[in-house]
Amino acid sequence: MTAIATPRRRTSLTRNRLPRIAPWASLVVGLVVGAAVSTLVGFNVFGWGVFAAIAFTIVYVAWSAAVEGGRKARDKFATCLVIGSFIIVVLPLFSVIWTVLEGGIKGLLTPGFLGTSMNGVSGIQDNQSVNTGSRVVGGIYHALIGTLLITLWSTIISVPVGLLTSIYLVEYSRGGRLGQAITLFVDVMTGIPSIVAGLFAAALFATIFGPGTQTGFVAAVALTVLMIPVVVRSSEEMLRIVPNELREAAYALGVRKWRTILKVVVPTAISGIASGVTLAIARVIGETAPILLTAGFATKINLNVFSNWMASLPTYIYFQILNPTSPSNPDPSLQRAWGAALVLIIFVMILNLIARLVARIFAPKTGR
Amino acid sequence: MSKRIDVKDLNVYYGNFRAVEGVSINIEARSVTAFIGPSGCGKSTFLRTLNRMHEVIPGAHVEGHVLLDGDDLYGPGVDPVAVRTHVGMVFQRPNPFPTMSIRDNVLAGVKLNGKKLSRSDTDGVVESSLRGANLWNEVKDRLDKPGSGLSGGQQQRLCIARAIAVKPDVILMDEPCSALDPISTLAVEDLINELKEQYTVVIVTHNMQQAARVSDKTAFFNIAGTGKPGKLIEYADTTAIFNNPKEKATEDYVSGRFG
Ligand SMILES: Nc1ncnc2c1ncn2[C@@H]1O[C@H](COP(=O)(O)OP(=O)(O)OP(=O)(O)O)[C@@H](O)[C@H]1O
Ligand SMILES: [Mg+2]
Repeated sequence: MTAIATPRRRTSLTRNRLPRIAPWASLVVGLVVGAAVSTLVGFNVFGWGVFAAIAFTIVYVAWSAAVEGGRKARDKFATCLVIGSFIIVVLPLFSVIWTVLEGGIKGLLTPGFLGTSMNGVSGIQDNQSVNTGSRVVGGIYHALIGTLLITLWSTIISVPVGLLTSIYLVEYSRGGRLGQAITLFVDVMTGIPSIVAGLFAAALFATIFGPGTQTGFVAAVALTVLMIPVVVRSSEEMLRIVPNELREAAYALGVRKWRTILKVVVPTAISGIASGVTLAIARVIGETAPILLTAGFATKINLNVFSNWMASLPTYIYFQILNPTSPSNPDPSLQRAWGAALVLIIFVMILNLIARLVARIFAPKTGR
Repeated sequence: MSKRIDVKDLNVYYGNFRAVEGVSINIEARSVTAFIGPSGCGKSTFLRTLNRMHEVIPGAHVEGHVLLDGDDLYGPGVDPVAVRTHVGMVFQRPNPFPTMSIRDNVLAGVKLNGKKLSRSDTDGVVESSLRGANLWNEVKDRLDKPGSGLSGGQQQRLCIARAIAVKPDVILMDEPCSALDPISTLAVEDLINELKEQYTVVIVTHNMQQAARVSDKTAFFNIAGTGKPGKLIEYADTTAIFNNPKEKATEDYVSGRFG
């Protein structure tokens, strides 16, 4: 290899460039100016951040305009805007995660929190633990089980319905009337407030099995109403991007349509479909209102979704905050609620990770 | 087995648009027939009517008759799926199934139809099909690797192997070499010459030399103008088409004085 050593010199091809430290220098200037301005209007960290960001952008872009010219300066300005929006989006996210982590870690780490229910836990125990400083008893086991069972059942119902609907839309309807109507209804369903879904399920079961039918299964049906449109939409999109050539290749081999769909189209799209389903689960796992309406609330472990009330993590949090077990000493209840919230967030995060993993595992393999 | 094709007065439509008009042609068994003609004159459209792939496109339909050894493909009660097991097709762009290994791609026609074969039978089908497509030596050590990991030319020959694995009577090829390098093209052309001994081959090509090299008979299609239907202008022995065509349009086209 011959290296072409070019000495640094100005030619018609070179342009002035900002020194490597320019962003950092601008950042320092921005922070100082931001601090000064925010002190003028009354200092707080938030104001400092906002003013510093504005000052940084002005200094950095102006400097670039002076040295590098207009095009580079506009490029830097756009970069600042993009990064700024990114920070605005992720800050609340981190703030939420941090707050829940801070509030929930104590509850989560309490022995027995994951393994015991609230059965038999009353204000007496809570008062005692506050007065004597002993550990908070009671946990989320029953709610955990409830959430898992209810989401499991709603997944069992909505995945086949949603997937088959999307297969109909993509493979069979050919833009016909029925297909258009289904698309419209699915869009409308996406916008249904979750409490309405809960009312629907409650009313449905009340008409069939008599008023007051509140079980985990009713809640699962309510969540199904929320899940189906998400599953339909995401799988529809995935099926649509399967190249037509693959379908034609299968038809040309004399393969029947349904087998083509089952063995070629769906396997090609399965990674996207699976991650869409996982995200749909993540979407409904935190629903509170429909579950309150349909599954009631329990403090005992209930493993049967077809009879009796059932707790779930969101309703658990709701009741622990709203009706502390010991009204005079709400702290243990608060601790349990935050702990449950943390578990819920961890759940959602794990589901998102699973979605990525699933997408990777099912993705068509390339390479030799 | 190999079958002859007789087409009578075929009109092909996309919705209301008539893409091909009044084609009648007799294609002999165990021969290679080339379709040539300018872009958009309906060669692909017509080719796809020969195994009823045409109707996969919404709104597309056909008038007329296509006889496969005397049986009308468009007769009442004919199952298009059954037609396609007799008339296989290779497409312009290689399209192996991305989720399947090389072996499964070759076996796709068998497996997707839910037929069960013993291990030794499948190995036999895989080897003979890949040998038939001149691909065996290149892939025999990696049959379980994904088909999409092959080069474009290899993928195309894999698609040919896949088509002959179902043992059709007729093989349709729509510009099978347009995405291939000269060496792969040669491999495919040799292959077509071998296939002719067992199958009826119909090939669409933009490459006149290719048509001259591989085909026994050549059909020239042309179009009067945009929005007009394509028509079969002349159909004769390949040597006749290239050396003394009867029609002026054919002569202009094959001698490159077109348009
Ligand atoms: N899916 C379709 N829907 C509507 N019209 C189509 C469709 N496919 C092709 N056509 C029209 O049918 C006519 C013939 O097209 P076709 O693809 O058969 O041409 P071709 O001879 O194969 O051209 P090329 O050599 O470029 O492949 C063209 O006018 C084209 O616009
Ligand atoms: Mg074509």
